Amino acid sequence: MPGMTMTEKILAKHSGRARVSPGDNVWVDVDVLMTHDVCGPGTIGIFKEKFGQSAKVWDKERVVIIPDHYIFTADEKCHRNVQILRDFVREQGLKYYYDPEFVKNEPGMPNPYRDPTKTSYKGVCHKALPEEGHVRPGEILLGTDSHTCTAGAFGQFATGVGNTDAAFTLGTGKTWLKVPATMKFVFHGEIPPYLTAKDLILAVIGEIGVDGATYRTMYFAGEGIASLTLEDRMTLTNMAIEAGGKNGVCDVDEKTLKYVRHRSNRPNWEVFKDDPDAQYHSVYEWDLATMEPMVAKPHSPDNKDTAYNCRHVKLDRAYIGSCTGGKITDMIFAANILLGRQVKIPTYVVPGSTEVHRDMKTLNLRGVPKDKNEKSIEEVLADAGCIIGPSGCGACLGGPPDTFGRLNEPLNCISTTNRNFPGRMGHKQAGVYLASPLTVAASAITGYVTDPRDFVQARIETGVAGVV
Amino acid sequence: MQPVIKGKAYVLGDNIDTDQIIPAQYLSYNPSDPRERKYFGMYANSGVPDAEAGLPKGNIRFVPEGQFRSEYSIVVGGKNFGCGSSREHAPLALAEAGVQCVLAEFYARIFYRNSVNGGYLVPIETVERLVEKVQTGDELEVHIEEGFVVNKTRNERYDIKPLGDVLPIIEAGGVFNYAQEQGMLK
Repeated sequence: MPGMTMTEKILAKHSGRARVSPGDNVWVDVDVLMTHDVCGPGTIGIFKEKFGQSAKVWDKERVVIIPDHYIFTADEKCHRNVQILRDFVREQGLKYYYDPEFVKNEPGMPNPYRDPTKTSYKGVCHKALPEEGHVRPGEILLGTDSHTCTAGAFGQFATGVGNTDAAFTLGTGKTWLKVPATMKFVFHGEIPPYLTAKDLILAVIGEIGVDGATYRTMYFAGEGIASLTLEDRMTLTNMAIEAGGKNGVCDVDEKTLKYVRHRSNRPNWEVFKDDPDAQYHSVYEWDLATMEPMVAKPHSPDNKDTAYNCRHVKLDRAYIGSCTGGKITDMIFAANILLGRQVKIPTYVVPGSTEVHRDMKTLNLRGVPKDKNEKSIEEVLADAGCIIGPSGCGACLGGPPDTFGRLNEPLNCISTTNRNFPGRMGHKQAGVYLASPLTVAASAITGYVTDPRDFVQARIETGVAGVV
Repeated sequence: MQPVIKGKAYVLGDNIDTDQIIPAQYLSYNPSDPRERKYFGMYANSGVPDAEAGLPKGNIRFVPEGQFRSEYSIVVGGKNFGCGSSREHAPLALAEAGVQCVLAEFYARIFYRNSVNGGYLVPIETVERLVEKVQTGDELEVHIEEGFVVNKTRNERYDIKPLGDVLPIIEAGGVFNYAQEQGMLK
């Protein structure tokens, strides 16, 4: 019998079987279920309709609720939705909830947190989940958000589900899954200073297409992946969904374990790895030395081109943020390019989480705690003319019309986010170019899509940022 | 599940993502509140660019301005229908507007799963690409069990794929009913 992949082993363990094969339908026990303010109210409604008004969730320590989508808006329905989450948390006695306490259940734009260290609010769920210790190797994480696959960077099975599936799991702790076949993407060599994981994943999606991994696992492997920071690995697994993937995974190594040991709110987990004779649907290989800074042109994440080829594309706006490109290392990449320079187009910066925002204030450009006389990452970005907003999903998915940075007109925007289908960031005629934080920062300076090799001379160190 | 679904077709292209099916700005409505739920019908398919809305001509609204229901009960799509965001509001919005089934070459995983598990509509895979064969407004009859579609307007017939593993869930009306029938839920 052939060996198994990490994903197959995790699904076998959670379905009580010795082995599973791609195509098998299995019922699995879920370790953690996450929801947020956009899908939480609908999930709670279905849960109560199907299990009864007085029903209790299957495990109040395994349900995690992270409001993050529509926080800084005057839309009263959004405030009401946060209140629905609060009421449910209180009623159920849930242990893990991250309240935007500055959002009142009443009209008017909430005042953002003044100090990111003094709020229970976290920001984007996919960044908050590992920060708050809800992510561990070998577990199954479901979330009512397509980018839940981000957590696969920590060697677990993580995937997005809808409200009905989430409500079912809320009541039973279980879900059914079809075991996916695994596609293996091997990266050789060490990542050059002008590339980030965003360039790698845009190259992959451009190669296989936005449906190229439908119903499958994307496994990112090789010494090139081992050389990446955990945060850069999260950028890869985060965008597995943009190729249609069910989940994305990376191997667990000392970097993973160091972070999880420091953060996890449970002491035990199990590390799985692919057997040497595991079966793959397909194997792709790249040499990092020959890869170039990439963009995805409007209106699809697989519409790939090099940044260099797009150098004549004039831009109206730049955006740095989201679960994909709003992590602390993304901010360090951008700030190193923007140091001592001025942006030529309006450039919006949205920290992925309040912890990212805190680190932007306390770390320097090398990712270590700054001296009194050094500039923080936030100061460097502000000095360059960036407009910095509060942490959250922001304009990545458009959102209500008053969302910070939303494209309310048919503008050309270069962005570190994940998706550029028509209307994704607001206006249906807006053109969104997806790129790495290096490329976005370089483009913000020139006002045209710009290859960051013009601006990056040496490797950008990220120090302790995102390490533990 | 109805054995035969009859209705007018509304034709879209490839990679129709869930942001186009229901733009994010409308997700503040609570689908569990019947007074708000109907608004998902009002805004269904409103994110599709005008030129691609109702092929081949385009510029055809799916739901008339200010109304909650569409005259089109069958949506025809190309590849990778329902990709992108996991929002269950997408199949829900189509169902609220009156859609009973989608005919597409293949689906993005989460949309397919949400359609089936939530019991909103029947996601049917076609054998051949229908985007260039069917025109918006064509009268279709979808014979799910027999496995074919009749285009009454053009007097054509197209084969569809069997529903396979998910048929019992669709027949039960969603994953909750299915789990009850299987004795998994009390």
